[in-house]
Amino acid sequence: MSVDFWTYLLVGLSFALYIGIALWSRAGSTKEFYVAGGGVPPVANGMATAADWMSAASFISMAGIIAFAGRDGSRFLMGWTGGYVLLALLLAPYLRRFGKYTVPDFIGDRYYSKFARVVAIFCAIFVSFTYVAGQMRGVGLVFGRYLGVSVEWGVVIGMCIVFFYAVLGGMKGITYTQVAQFCVLIFAYMVPAIFLSIMMTGNMVPQFGLGGDAIVDGVATGQSVLSRLDGLSEELGFAKYTDGTLSTIDLFCITLALMAGTAGLPHVIVRFYTVKKVADARKSAFWALLFIAILYTAAPAVAVFARTNLLDTIPGKHYSETPEWFKNWEDTGLIAWVDKNEDGVIQYLGKDKDGGAAFVGKPDYAGTRKEASGAVGQRILKNDITANANELYIDRDIMVLANPEIGGLPNWVIGLIAAGGLAAALSTAAGLLLVISSSVSHDLLKKTYMPDISEKGELKAARIAAGVAVCVAGYFGINPPGFVASVVALAFGLAASSFFPAIILGIFWKRTTSQGAIAGMVTGIAFTTAYIIYFKFMGGTKDQLWFGISPEGIGSLGMVLNFIVTTTVTLMTPAPPAAIQELVQRVRVPRTSYDDYNPDDDQPIAH
Amino acid sequence: MLTADEARSRYWKKTILWVVGLLIIWFAASLGCGVLWVDQLDQFMLPGTGIKLGFWFAQQGSILVFLCLLAAFVFIMNRLDQELSEAIEDTRKEGK
Repeated sequence: MSVDFWTYLLVGLSFALYIGIALWSRAGSTKEFYVAGGGVPPVANGMATAADWMSAASFISMAGIIAFAGRDGSRFLMGWTGGYVLLALLLAPYLRRFGKYTVPDFIGDRYYSKFARVVAIFCAIFVSFTYVAGQMRGVGLVFGRYLGVSVEWGVVIGMCIVFFYAVLGGMKGITYTQVAQFCVLIFAYMVPAIFLSIMMTGNMVPQFGLGGDAIVDGVATGQSVLSRLDGLSEELGFAKYTDGTLSTIDLFCITLALMAGTAGLPHVIVRFYTVKKVADARKSAFWALLFIAILYTAAPAVAVFARTNLLDTIPGKHYSETPEWFKNWEDTGLIAWVDKNEDGVIQYLGKDKDGGAAFVGKPDYAGTRKEASGAVGQRILKNDITANANELYIDRDIMVLANPEIGGLPNWVIGLIAAGGLAAALSTAAGLLLVISSSVSHDLLKKTYMPDISEKGELKAARIAAGVAVCVAGYFGINPPGFVASVVALAFGLAASSFFPAIILGIFWKRTTSQGAIAGMVTGIAFTTAYIIYFKFMGGTKDQLWFGISPEGIGSLGMVLNFIVTTTVTLMTPAPPAAIQELVQRVRVPRTSYDDYNPDDDQPIAH
Repeated sequence: MLTADEARSRYWKKTILWVVGLLIIWFAASLGCGVLWVDQLDQFMLPGTGIKLGFWFAQQGSILVFLCLLAAFVFIMNRLDQELSEAIEDTRKEGK
């Protein structure tokens, strides 16, 4: 049966499942809409958190990024998992005990200030929009590549699906769809990984395959896959795969910023409000990390296998001898070739052998294969050709997307990748949309400007906000502003330099005052934003970087600044009111230890 | 015999100690072994495999350590919760 048949079948089935779940779990109250009623079992919440967290970027792009960056790619692996340790140890249990619904809720109440709340709302909405635009784009691309729909229509279909279950089901609908989406995405990721691992190392577990010995054309070489890849890379003039090129301080700052940013992202934090009690919040952090770790420990292996495969099969081959998949993906523009020396052979070379980008920008074909093909049948490009000797352009995403074809896997596996990529993108998009909608209806309306709004009115406002957010996200998905890729750094940087210190100090230091926290948040945000804008948009050059820290890592410095400013200002202002100090005390120890314990308090506080 | 307030403050002190301890391991396994000392560790191999030790910590090892830390945290905190609720139970009996 054809690839198209399997793709339509698997994507169709998974969509039917999501819609079925959404119908079954409609939200009837604001509590169900914001936090799924607060009774999600820890394992289910762990799965939902994992699906929420693993976006189209984790599923489609991460292994490819690592495949090209080698050891430098570790910053994403450590950064995007290490944050969960910070989250579980320092934030989640206390925020869960505090109750309420959102992150701005905690900031606003703990720092007894409307201004602090509004700053937090602004950050939450900005961070979420940055993220969600990328997800909608991912949905559009998967549709475009696998289902033959245009990117625009792909985004519209994705919007309809998300609209349906996010607006109808709220957090409750999202949670249970995310559980299903996690199963789809992890299965879709692991099947090709297992096939590849058996093919390249003879080991059934890809995680272990990373340390195994290479098998080439069915013959064991006795050389480890990694040292073989190091050799292949050096031969072509690339840096050794297991060596890094980033400076230690830069790598340190980027990893730390990603960790603290992860712990401070509102759509991740809010998931811990959905469990029944504090002990469950701790447990679900463990489950979430376990489920994330399955993909994150397989990704470096997939990266190595895919990179080795690529270097084995393409460089030095005549175009007419390249495998079928090369031409298929050439048609999608994810791989392209310019025959600079007109010998018909594909030269793929790294920096040490006069390599570099083959041409300027992304492939721009002169016409279809029939209309415009070169001497040996390759597609003709309109791009400006660069002077170096490298002739091959490869988009990083191909490392995961083309894996089943490179490995010669059956057609249903290809369909599975499409369903998995969509599950990853949709689940993350839904989680983010919910944060945006609750920030508007709960934080901005109910808690700040319209305290008299009824529960029904609030629920309606939440649904309208979610609907508007879906449309805005869809618009950005279809017309991506050029800055989306650059502002993702800003999303992590902002989360690290604003929320993270404010919440930690709010819990662990009773003395922290409103003035201190606000001064700290404003300094952190201003500093981080200014640095990123200067280097990303105003043409800041490499030698102007502070201590060689790239914009992606500056959130770490912003965070340190925030801690320093908050502490200094706090010590210069009078201690917070006794009621606030008592509130902090109560967040620290189990509620059951107080005589006035009331089991209802374990539920998120209703209106 | 502890008073309820003393029991609660002992609970909090112990929590902080454990959290600080776990965070030290967190730092050492990721930013330590995976970033700061990675070149030194790369001189060794992960026993029984073909992966350099520093590289392994950076790409897989740190994640496994994180998982163990969270499992330990769940276990430790459940025990501290239990200890506190027993101490509070005692003070309540005393009160009667």
